[in-house]
Amino acid sequence: MAGKTLYDKLWDSHVVEQRADGSALIYIDRQLLHEVTSPQAFEGLRLAGRKPWRVDANLATPDHNVPSDVHERAGGIASIVDEISRIQVQTLDDNCDEFGIKEFKINDREQGIVHVVGPETGATLPGMTLVCGDSHTATHGAFAALAHGVGTSEVEHVLATQCLVQKKMKNMKVEVTGTLGLGVTPKDVVLAIIGKIGTAGGTGYAIEFAGQVFRDMSMEGRMTVCNMAIEGGARIGMVAVDDTTINYVEGRQFAPKGEQWQQAVAAWRDLVSDDDAVFDAVVTLRGEDIRPQVTWGTSPEQVAAVDAVVPVPADITDPVQRAAAERALTYMGLKGGMAISEIPVDEVFIGSCTNSRIEDLRAAAAVVAGKQKAASVTRAMVVPGSGQVKLQAEQEGLDKIFIAAGIEWRQPSCSMCLAMNSDVLPAGSHCASTSNRNFEGRQGFGGRTHLVSPAMAAAAAIYGHFVDVSKL
Amino acid sequence: MKAFQIEQGIVAPIDRANVDTDMIIPKQFLKSILRSGFGPNLFDELRYLDKGEPGQDCSARPLNMDFVLNQARYAGTSILLARKNFGCGSSREHAPWALDDFGIRCVIAPSFADIFFNNCFNNGLLPIVLDEAIVDDLFARVAANEGYQLTINLPEQCVTTPEGNSYSFEVDANRKHRLLNGLDDIGITLNSADAIKTYEQKWRQQSPWLFDSIK
Repeated sequence: MAGKTLYDKLWDSHVVEQRADGSALIYIDRQLLHEVTSPQAFEGLRLAGRKPWRVDANLATPDHNVPSDVHERAGGIASIVDEISRIQVQTLDDNCDEFGIKEFKINDREQGIVHVVGPETGATLPGMTLVCGDSHTATHGAFAALAHGVGTSEVEHVLATQCLVQKKMKNMKVEVTGTLGLGVTPKDVVLAIIGKIGTAGGTGYAIEFAGQVFRDMSMEGRMTVCNMAIEGGARIGMVAVDDTTINYVEGRQFAPKGEQWQQAVAAWRDLVSDDDAVFDAVVTLRGEDIRPQVTWGTSPEQVAAVDAVVPVPADITDPVQRAAAERALTYMGLKGGMAISEIPVDEVFIGSCTNSRIEDLRAAAAVVAGKQKAASVTRAMVVPGSGQVKLQAEQEGLDKIFIAAGIEWRQPSCSMCLAMNSDVLPAGSHCASTSNRNFEGRQGFGGRTHLVSPAMAAAAAIYGHFVDVSKL
Repeated sequence: MKAFQIEQGIVAPIDRANVDTDMIIPKQFLKSILRSGFGPNLFDELRYLDKGEPGQDCSARPLNMDFVLNQARYAGTSILLARKNFGCGSSREHAPWALDDFGIRCVIAPSFADIFFNNCFNNGLLPIVLDEAIVDDLFARVAANEGYQLTINLPEQCVTTPEGNSYSFEVDANRKHRLLNGLDDIGITLNSADAIKTYEQKWRQQSPWLFDSIK
């Protein structure tokens, strides 16, 4: 019999009940909650007279609607300008208080984007199943956890039963061999993968990212890659456990301690795919071939190397893809054949659950140190992913580097990744963004998003257009 | 949840691939703490010429008449015909809520994004996967025939056309049962409460660090 993949192991250890139609009842160890996708779930519990199955399995924090502006943030929930946002954040507080769920509230030091907070507090652990009403929950797969986004009905289902009805996905291995070139980051790796497999390439699969490039990658980098598995269509993206994983988890707030730590580490060492495991699909890239990436369109698969040109739609043979490219170029205000480096950048956003961790901010600061934001860039902002990231960055003096360069230093929030708070990209503006989606209107009605790495975004802030960071 | 048995209705074509959930319902409407009322903002940025805000009266807003849902021939539509990877992007259940609130009961496409597909079944919506060639053919027929209707028969698992063609589709037995009867998934799962408790006890012994750490 063939060996098991990491996903097989995680799945098998969480089956409560196998059903005749191939679905299974799967036990969920952890649920992360935020203000946007939870209110209707709590309301559902109330209407049915149900209580959470296991209060201690849940952790909440507001992130999407939370202001990044220091003044709008100062008075806590009461100072949120938008009334509907304010009510939503208040509702999370009320629900967590009512049901006894642990919450890091708006101005607690541990508050932040759920996908930053979970890992850095040790609420995310290897070997667990973890869900959240947010598609970027794939992030937590970096810890060899089985993690994926769910809808609000499922948030309620997990609250009420600690389980989900699931069908097992197929296994895909995405292998990146060798080493990365200078200036090439985890964000470029995942954008290159999406460019290769397409935005639906991973649909129906759980992806394991394997190969030397991921073995050499930090946990922050692995989180960036797993975070964007969903942009390649896969709800689940994972990396096997190694010393990097275990060293990251050790000593964190909710991580096991003492004897339990030893016991946990022994169990976690098995969270790797067996040598003879069989994958339903395997995709391989060479690390050496990956260049810094920039998206030019309105789907993450519409991506090119920084030294390439925007594609000419007439050259695309598939009619649906050609039509998509034409529509994207019209929306983006670009012409096929123009150099990526000629695209003017009006705004820069460094943040989001993809790229707002300490390593991301260090990479951006290294590029801007001693330089000035281009006059043509109307606004550039750095939004740290959590209060803890912000504190650490300030201890390292990164905030001062950004501020001296004319770049705004903000409060932890999802911010302009999806513009649910006051941070909105104006119509027609091109934004170099370290976020995960370049969909029409994502960062603001009519806004034009280019997905890039933190170093690439920082360089765009300095030069006013895209530049190849590997040549700086 | 609404039960789904047989649906006959006008088909509206959304002729683009990778329709994402930001397109189906833009983020500003996700601030609502309710499950209903999203219909007027379904496809907001495609449907209207101005920028939509939550709580706004949409009846006075300028319409984009190029968008199918604003065209008289598709009035009263309950079936969307779409391209590959429909519903990609975020996990927001507001997307199926908005479709449902607008009156859509079924979406037909060559493929769907996983999370959206799953969310549909929790809201009485039926997503149907048909071969790309069949979908292409249906797009042509919808364009050629005003008021083109399809009949979706869930018990028989088939889509029938006015011309008498019939296309069968797959649906998981469990999902079909729930849709046909409009059943709440939580109630069904709680029938397995003993199995959950047994599993939990065993799992707690094996992995005690996963319990009681967050207080």
